Formats: sequence, C-alpha cells, structure tokens
Amino acid sequence: MNKIPNRQAICEVLIEEANKDKDIVVLCSDSRGSASFVPFVNAHPDQFLEVGIAEQNLVSISAGLASCGKKPFAASPACFITTRSFEQCKVDVAYSNTNVTLIGISGGISYGALGMSHHSAQDIASMSAIPNMRVYLPSDRFQTKKLIQGLLQDQKPAYIRVGRNPVQDIYSEENCPFTMDQATVLKEGSDLAIIACGEMVKPAYDAAKILEKQGIHGTVLDMYCIKPLDVEAIKKAAQGAKAVLTVEEHSPFGGLGSMVSQVVARECPKKVINLSLPDAPVITGTSQEVFDYYHLNAEGIAKKAIEILG
Amino acid sequence: MNELKVKSFDLRKHVVDMIVAGKGGHIGGDMSVIDILISLYLKNMNVNPNNINDKNRDRFIMSKGHSVEAYYAVLAEAGFFPIDEVIKNFSKFGSEFIGHPNNQLPGIEMNSGSLGHGLPVSVGMALAGKLDQKDYRVYTVMGDGELAEGSVWEGVMAAGHFQLDHLCAVVDRNRLQISGSTEEVMNQDHLADRFRSFGWHVICVDGHNYNALDQGFYEAKSTKGKPTLLIANTIKGYGSSVMENKANWHHKVPTEEEYKQIIEDFEKRKEAAKHE
Repeated sequence: MNKIPNRQAICEVLIEEANKDKDIVVLCSDSRGSASFVPFVNAHPDQFLEVGIAEQNLVSISAGLASCGKKPFAASPACFITTRSFEQCKVDVAYSNTNVTLIGISGGISYGALGMSHHSAQDIASMSAIPNMRVYLPSDRFQTKKLIQGLLQDQKPAYIRVGRNPVQDIYSEENCPFTMDQATVLKEGSDLAIIACGEMVKPAYDAAKILEKQGIHGTVLDMYCIKPLDVEAIKKAAQGAKAVLTVEEHSPFGGLGSMVSQVVARECPKKVINLSLPDAPVITGTSQEVFDYYHLNAEGIAKKAIEILG
Repeated sequence: MNELKVKSFDLRKHVVDMIVAGKGGHIGGDMSVIDILISLYLKNMNVNPNNINDKNRDRFIMSKGHSVEAYYAVLAEAGFFPIDEVIKNFSKFGSEFIGHPNNQLPGIEMNSGSLGHGLPVSVGMALAGKLDQKDYRVYTVMGDGELAEGSVWEGVMAAGHFQLDHLCAVVDRNRLQISGSTEEVMNQDHLADRFRSFGWHVICVDGHNYNALDQGFYEAKSTKGKPTLLIANTIKGYGSSVMENKANWHHKVPTEEEYKQIIEDFEKRKEAAKHE
C-alpha cells in the first residue's frame, strides 16, 4: 500500500525542479507541515516564503512575485486558498494573468472530523467559474508529478487540489500515460462510461473491474483536468454507452458531474447520474468512513451502475 | 513656478473630458490623487514607455483603481498611449479603456478595482526584488476609505515583517468616501501610529505640493530597513470650488454649467501656479 500522499509528490518534484530553476518559489501560510513542504524548506530555504496565517495575503503576494518573473507555488488548505482567498484568486491571479500555481492541500473532506469549515466541497465550482483559471484534481502520486512538471512548462494560472491521505496507486513510475489537458483512459467498454476525478478515480476503476466480472463493460476516464475539460474524451466515452456515471468528492453543484452533464446533454443526450457528496455538512468520520457512508466506494459505484443499466 | 503643478490643471481637464465623454467616473478622487501620480510618473519613478520590459524598472500599482481617469491622464502624459484615444474611447462599448486599471494596456502592471489588493501584491513585487537582489522600488497608492479593508493590514504586517525598504505606499488622505467623512464611516485617526506599530516609517506631506511630494519620496528612498507610508493630505475634488470637499462628487458627471465653471477654475489655478 502506497504511503506517499499526493502533496508529498508535489514537494518532491519542486525540490528537484528548484535545483535547476531559481525562479521557483514556494509559499505557505503556516501550512508547510500540512503541505508536506518541510523538505522543500530545508532543501531551498532561499526559495521559500512563509506569510503566516493570511491566505488572502498568500495569494496576492504570489501574484506580485509572478508579475516580476517568479514562478510561485502557493500551498494552503484547499478550503482557505479557494473560498477565503477567492477574490485574490479571481483578480490578482486570473484577471491579471499571473503565473501562479495555487495548491489546495487536504482538499475535499480530507480533514474528516474537523468539520465543514475545513472541508472544500466547493472548490471545483468556485475556481472553475473564474475566467482564465485552470482546475486540476490529479488521482495518484505519479500523475501528480507529471501534472506539476506539465504546469512548469507554461506561464498561466492554475489551481490544483490534492488530498491529505495517501491514495492507492493507479499508475506506476514506468506506466503513467499523461498528456496535458487530456483525460487518461483507464479502461474501455461500451456499456457504460464512468468519469471520475481526484481520489474518486481509484474506486471508480475498481468498480469497473467488479462490473466486468458481471459482464458489464465500462469505459473509465481519469478526468484530472476539470478545466479545461477534455470534451472530446467525454464525447467519445459517452457516445456508445447506455449511460454515464460521474464520481467526485465535491458538492452536487458545479463540479465534474455538472460539467459532464452539460457536455453529454449538448453532444449526445442520454442518462447521466452524478455521484457526489451531499448538499449538507458531511457526517463525522475519516475520509474512508465518509466515502463508505455515501456509497462513494467501488461497491457503491458498481451497485449504482447496475441500477442505471436496469 | 513648478511646471508639474501648472501641467496638473491641463491633466485635470483631460480627466473631466474623459468623464463627460464616458458618461461617468470617480471625479472627486481623481482630483485628489492626480498630483501624487504626476509626481511619481513624471519625476520620481523610473518607469517610462521605453523601459516597460526592463526588469529593473520601478513598479506601481493603482490600488485605488476607481481613480483610473487620473491614472489614464498621467500615463498618457508619460507617453504610454495618446490622450485623445482615451478621451474618445473611455468606458465606451468594447473599449480597452475600462473603468478600472487593466494590464492589457501598456504601463499598467496589475489589474485593480477591488480595494485592498494593491498593497499585498506590492509586497510580492518587493519580495521578488529582494530575492533577485534588484534595487527597483515598488509604489502603490491607496485611498483612505480603502484602509477599512482587512486585506490591507495583512499586507502592512508582511511588509513590516520582511523589512521591505524599497516599498513605498501612499495614502491619498482626502478624508471623504461615498457615504461621507472617513472619520464617521470608519475611523482612520492615528493612521501614522497604526502603520508605525507594524514597523513602518511614516511621512506626512501636502499631497498637492510638488516640492513636499519630492521630499517625501526622497526620504522614503533613503529609509533603510523599513517600508515607508507617505500620508498625502489632499482635498477631494481639488482644483475647483464646484467639487472641493464635497462627498457627492465621489462619482459624478458635471452638468454643462458645472463643466464651464470647473474649466474656468482650472484655468485660474493654472495661472496662479505660474506665479507661485
């Protein structure tokens, strides 16, 4: 079982890249521990800035650095860096078009029992609604590394959400197919299309394996790129399928499910079922307990698929 | 005679013309801030149309972005774009001269409009200078009503913490905001003490006196180990008795009669400035 959370994978890539690129700057808001960035601070103290518990300042300072040629990566809990700093993300980063990468750590319901103040079930909706903001939810540590390397190739704003806990590997060091802004096809099948992002990709993939044993052949898309959304991949997966199932660790409104539904309704109308967190503060528990309770696990997803296909 | 002071009344006329043509604008704050902008762009800052891509240029953010008309008039005077284009297109359908600063235009570093952003972004610009060991200076101009925004104080705290001595923030202290006196809306008394307690050097000057502004910016430049706040005491609507110290001129288009009077007042003040 993998013990490296995606946030640690980000730190590892940045330590390596910062050796070659002195313009990379990591910023934290008293969040270096929870962001797994302590090794970066030790390796590159001159390329690290601590701004204290001030997330709005974190984002504005990052935008100022970027406007002067720096490549800032601002890491702070997803709940705060998105909604608390929403206007700074909108005006200073997206509208001013500064090369800032916003890293939302402990996203979704990662903080478990800490409650709704610490959950970010609105980040996809809020950040995607900002013009010129890109939104990514990588699934495992290997994809996370490829994504960060990809983002270092351009100069545009982006928001990445990663979870707090290690997630099971989907890919491997040798086998991690990745094309920037294109969904990864994990499996192909004509009965059903399952489209998932972030931590929900693994249970979605496992659900497809359960269904396979029962003679139901599904396509599984790892839609790590929420914005720009890979519309072509959705069309291709949905066209031949009898129904589409989306799975996400997010509110039912304005997330992956909403976006996929828009595309399917426009391009190839058919039934789309959105599996998500409820429109309510979630039940208290660890991530896995909460996912299980809301049937956001392999068995729950497979059961829902069978129900839809009737 | 101070040539910039004389010129300031011509630029004030450009602002009024912009607002009349565009059918709207933050005229009162334009008149209070414009001398600060003229002093920076035409004398004290190292930035001009020929060095906008130079990494060593000074940086400026118009944090009180609603006074964009004054900013456009000064940028045009500094040669970034023709003033006729601005007056003709300001706020018109499809125009790039919109009602708040936008960095699609030459000379504008960052978009603003929402208050309380300029100082925190300036902190980032100043930190970049420190990291790269460059000696460019970073300036931002805020309104006094703007200081009620909490994000300003996150920036103030960080600038003091990082001892950003190449950062100079200016407050256009005109003591008026939309709803009335800043002291009644949200008390801004003891402004200097507030900033000093965060580790800032504070200078108070007459924001319509060019020699005083020069001295203030020079003192800021000479101050080591601390960011500087320049409190520029100004008069909202400065230049014409029609507008001066009147809160209802925060956002207003003059009538034909008012326009005539305002332009006449500008001419008189310009003449007086020639003999100062």
